Amino acid sequence: MVEGLRYRDDAAHEEPAVTLDAFLDQSNATAVRLESDEDARKLLPFLDRLALIEVAFPAFRDGRGYSAARILREAGYEGELRAAGDVLVDQIHYMRRCGFDAFAPDKPLDPKAVERALNRYSNVYQKAADGGAPAWKLRHG
Amino acid sequence: MYKYDTYDQSIVDARVEEFRDQVARRMSGELSEDQFKPLRLMNGLYLQLHAYMLRVAIPYGTLDGRQMRMLAHIARKYDKGYGHFTTRQNIQYNWIELKDAGDILADLATVEMHAIQTSGNCIRNTTSDQYAGAAADEVADPRPWAELLRQWSTFHPEFSYLPRKFKVAIIASDDDRAAMRLHDIGLQLTKNEAGETGFKVFVGGGMGRTPMVAPLIREFLPAADYLSYLEACLRVYNRYGRRDNIYKARIKILVHEIGADEYRRQVEKEFLHVKTLGIDPPAEEFERINAFFQPPAWEEGLSDELALSDPDFKLWVDQNVFAHKQPGYAIATISLKPIGGIPGDASAEQIDLMADLAETYSFDELRVTHAQNIVLPHVRKADLHTIWQKLDAAGLAAANLDLISDIIACPGLDYCSLANARSIPVAQKISARFADREADLGELKLKISGCINACGHHHAGHIGILGVDRKGTENYQLLLGGSGAEDASLGRITGPGFDEDGIVDAIERTLDRYVATREPGERFLDTYRRVGFETFKEAIYG
Repeated sequence: MVEGLRYRDDAAHEEPAVTLDAFLDQSNATAVRLESDEDARKLLPFLDRLALIEVAFPAFRDGRGYSAARILREAGYEGELRAAGDVLVDQIHYMRRCGFDAFAPDKPLDPKAVERALNRYSNVYQKAADGGAPAWKLRHG
Repeated sequence: MYKYDTYDQSIVDARVEEFRDQVARRMSGELSEDQFKPLRLMNGLYLQLHAYMLRVAIPYGTLDGRQMRMLAHIARKYDKGYGHFTTRQNIQYNWIELKDAGDILADLATVEMHAIQTSGNCIRNTTSDQYAGAAADEVADPRPWAELLRQWSTFHPEFSYLPRKFKVAIIASDDDRAAMRLHDIGLQLTKNEAGETGFKVFVGGGMGRTPMVAPLIREFLPAADYLSYLEACLRVYNRYGRRDNIYKARIKILVHEIGADEYRRQVEKEFLHVKTLGIDPPAEEFERINAFFQPPAWEEGLSDELALSDPDFKLWVDQNVFAHKQPGYAIATISLKPIGGIPGDASAEQIDLMADLAETYSFDELRVTHAQNIVLPHVRKADLHTIWQKLDAAGLAAANLDLISDIIACPGLDYCSLANARSIPVAQKISARFADREADLGELKLKISGCINACGHHHAGHIGILGVDRKGTENYQLLLGGSGAEDASLGRITGPGFDEDGIVDAIERTLDRYVATREPGERFLDTYRRVGFETFKEAIYG
């Protein structure tokens, strides 16, 4: 079982994430934590200097973080995007598709189960943030 | 009809394996019921009062004989020999064992069917007009757009954990046969002045405990922006829909609280951004899908003459047969509402027969209607009498489409763990009591829900019944004046509720007042709207 998963080649970012308010108030922090009711677009002017954005999932049913992730990736954010909280094996595939590349689950995950979940679907229907080609793209080139 | 290619099939097959894995983890105890619940719900598997219930998707209510036969097979092999067609054009099985769920999905996958997103807080099966592709009044067949939407919404990574469930309906006629404006999103296919195809977009309708008729959000959405705009609509909802209270989490509450204008403003802004992402498939993809929905090879030059000397046959034709766009053809509705029966139920034998009829007489096509009936969309008028005889022999020839015994009812307390009251016995009593008068009463849409969640569409009934629990006993409230059609309106509660027999008597007083006050040609709903609520209230309560 693992307590964290990371799908990036660069070195892990060490600086602790500050709250959105703290980040916007003052700092030149390079890591920020977004709660599920906070607006990801407030970070858009600062994406260049951010190395880590942690998005909170207080409950797996709270799907706002999926939109937050896509908004950040659509705006060109390339740093680490970490889903933290009630992150379960059955959600990780969706999270990867929305642009998350790191996971800090409250409860440890079985890496083999995660691997199975991520490899299960070889085709998808939508264009999302993971670069996977949707079925319509494969059909028509 | 749409046919899967290898991409579609691989996605459905992967789902079967995923769900098998999830069921195995549950049965081994690795997953608790709490952890399993959202997974099984995303796949249409509910834990009900007596057993698991599995809801199988019938995308936009269209299926062929082979698929219909599979539904009979599942009823026979895994259930008690029958199934229940629902208001969402799906079918439910009420006596499923968890250990069989994976096998059922595997069986379904062999005929290009699944149970994906038939429950859960995600985008549900898209519904449509049951006469699509056959009705003379449509702009174009809405189903290719529904199929495009099915694919886009299947396992949508951003919208699988929405604040609440999300239902979309697509129609293509001014006559609304799908209760389009009572959906989270309602789309009406239309053409603009330049003759280009697009949609009217309505957002924020729904029933449940806070019923609302959806306001118009976009007058004309060009077809090329279809999925981008829907993505924007959903993203605004996913981000700002309420999550603090399950009863206020549907999009209708968001649209109502911020107002249609503000919701529209946010969607349009999001859309400008989303449109740059390239998520709309090229026109070739629509053309590929559209090719599956070309009209079947109707014969030309057939006569519209029909011998109606058999009075029972004539009754059925007058009531259950609708005009087809092709001369010599008709649209025939098979009523699943025999007098005194359970609305929407069909036995495996009946399902097989309907599959036979579709294959022999209707270009291998069937439709499920939101009123829980089955349609043979393309039958030659010359075959109607033979079809009717076969239906009659199977107990499927009730001539009551849109009459008072054509009742929509939810499963109610006989099956459902959410229900407060039984719906089925009330439906049976009403059907039996008024069957003799129903031809005279004319079009009368009666809808029954066994709890406030309104699965039986009681808000949209010309006459609606809501079952509630009053101090431990079942109590039935009466509503009048609702409509799910193009003249959409919400019913109004008449006053104090009734017990099971009392509600039937109250409806009798309502109908007597209608008959006494109607003008020639007026439906119940027309009379109600003309003379007003108080007249009927007085009749009901004296």
